[in-house]
Amino acid sequence: MMSDPKIPSGLAAPAAEHALVTRLREGVGDSVLASHAFRGDATAIVPREKLLAVCRFLCDDAELRFDMLVDVTAVDYLGRIPRFEVVYHLYSVPLNHRMRIKVALEEGDARLPSLIPIWAGANWLERETWDLLGIVFEGHPELRRIYLYEEFQGHPLRKDYPKTKRQPLIGPGAPHSANAQGSNR
Amino acid sequence: MSHKPEAGAQTTEDVLELPFEPLELKMGPSHPATHGTVQINLKLDGETVQDAEVEVGYLHRGFEKECESHLYYQAFPYTDRLNYVSPIINNVGYALACEKLFGVEVPERCQYLRVIGSEICRMADHYTCLGACAMELGAMSAYLYVIEAREVLWDVIDVMCGARVTSNYVRIGGLSEDVGPDFPALAREKLVQAGTLQQDFEDLLLANPIFRERMEGTGKLASAELVALGVTGPLLRAAGVPYDVRRAQPYLVYDRLDFDVPIGEAGDNMDRFLVRIAELKQSRRMIEQCVEQLPDGPIDIDDPHIRLPGKSKVFGRMEELIVQFKLVTEGPHPPVGEVYQAVEGGNGELGFYLVSDGTGKPYKCRARSPSFSNMQALSRMLQGGMFADVVPTFDMINMIGGECDR
Repeated sequence: MMSDPKIPSGLAAPAAEHALVTRLREGVGDSVLASHAFRGDATAIVPREKLLAVCRFLCDDAELRFDMLVDVTAVDYLGRIPRFEVVYHLYSVPLNHRMRIKVALEEGDARLPSLIPIWAGANWLERETWDLLGIVFEGHPELRRIYLYEEFQGHPLRKDYPKTKRQPLIGPGAPHSANAQGSNR
Repeated sequence: MSHKPEAGAQTTEDVLELPFEPLELKMGPSHPATHGTVQINLKLDGETVQDAEVEVGYLHRGFEKECESHLYYQAFPYTDRLNYVSPIINNVGYALACEKLFGVEVPERCQYLRVIGSEICRMADHYTCLGACAMELGAMSAYLYVIEAREVLWDVIDVMCGARVTSNYVRIGGLSEDVGPDFPALAREKLVQAGTLQQDFEDLLLANPIFRERMEGTGKLASAELVALGVTGPLLRAAGVPYDVRRAQPYLVYDRLDFDVPIGEAGDNMDRFLVRIAELKQSRRMIEQCVEQLPDGPIDIDDPHIRLPGKSKVFGRMEELIVQFKLVTEGPHPPVGEVYQAVEGGNGELGFYLVSDGTGKPYKCRARSPSFSNMQALSRMLQGGMFADVVPTFDMINMIGGECDR
């Protein structure tokens, strides 16, 4: 599945599975495709179709109780199939443990369900991931850019977006905008 | 003459029922109270906030893209400019993430110095937040006291690394420089000075009925909702949830220090203010303990593939010269993997997620900033409140544009 072995996804087969991943497997069965515990970080890779069910379990299970979605981001493994990996970091305030959930996405179909129904805090984090990496979160109430402006072309944290690329300034008075043509400046 | 309406008569409100439309007001992006650039689009029903839409991103500078195109050690100046009020905490968080990736731990003396730097920065961060809040509620003189206290603390940072604000102090596997033998005495002296100024600040402000009235009961949000929104730091602790990364998942030498995690009850702006004041005292306690316990020894790990060898070695021996050249031009090469490391920033959990492909540059360098998640809760905090509460609530979030927009 992973065409470029120099970049991590499930890393190598885990020597000993993390206890949290074991608990997750007990609850959701074969929804856990792979896992690792590099440097002690419990990590599980789940399929997109099962993401909502897995997260519901992570949030509700008495032994896991992940009540805080700490972070959402995505990694662009350009050249690998599948290209993207969406990464969720979870924390449980009452039980004081962390976990990382990853979902692999194909380049032409970079979409997955929004987690707002489970954690309200997913809202801005998903908007940011859409803005900078172009991942579509289905069911998000207002999936629009959060840092950049709506006219911005492309998603700058993708690896094929050149760092030096410049885009025209927008708004009234900007040299390239329609408003500025024949302006009094 | 009586103003009371007679029974059965129409009241004034019945007569003056005019068609109503909420007033839309854009606050910012350059409003005097939005220190940092942010826009709040308010929908007002008279003085009541019906809805508040928060627009961030004015200070987006592509932190992650820059880090991904630089070597691991070149990210420190960028991390300085995430939360530019408490830069050393950002430095420490990034360095700890890198060290976790490499699987190394820095010497004890370095750990203590990192804690001292972090706590001084936390104090500076809280001083800025509290002072700015006081000023924006009209207490200009109180602001001057804590800003002077911050200046005093920056003297200590100055002695540690030669800079006052953008410190660039921490290195992967060590620190840029060690402190001298007179450092403990200086740190103690400056802490006393800052403490006196802080006491004046508290005396000026906390008994003031105008200030209290604007802070008490405003900006409230229940702790369950705060947790679901990913809010951390003093905001969450003020609502009674004692989550502090330093206590919950200790790093460096925090598990050896004696300190309390202050929490509030009501979760209103006053509690947020008082939690920060209590945390200032805890930070001071921690610095005093660290200065007391500061052990002798090296500050850098002894691994030339991660941390530069000493200059005397570089200029005297061929092998170290080559190693230095390789490290500077190619960067340190961590193993392939991914790590997440969280530290307690001035405003909550600051986390770094690094992905390594085994080269000298991070394949992915993500900063999870507390300001961003905390700002997300602002809209909910403002809804249903008074227009005048926007300023104290926004102040207690203490949005730092650098880390919110990255």
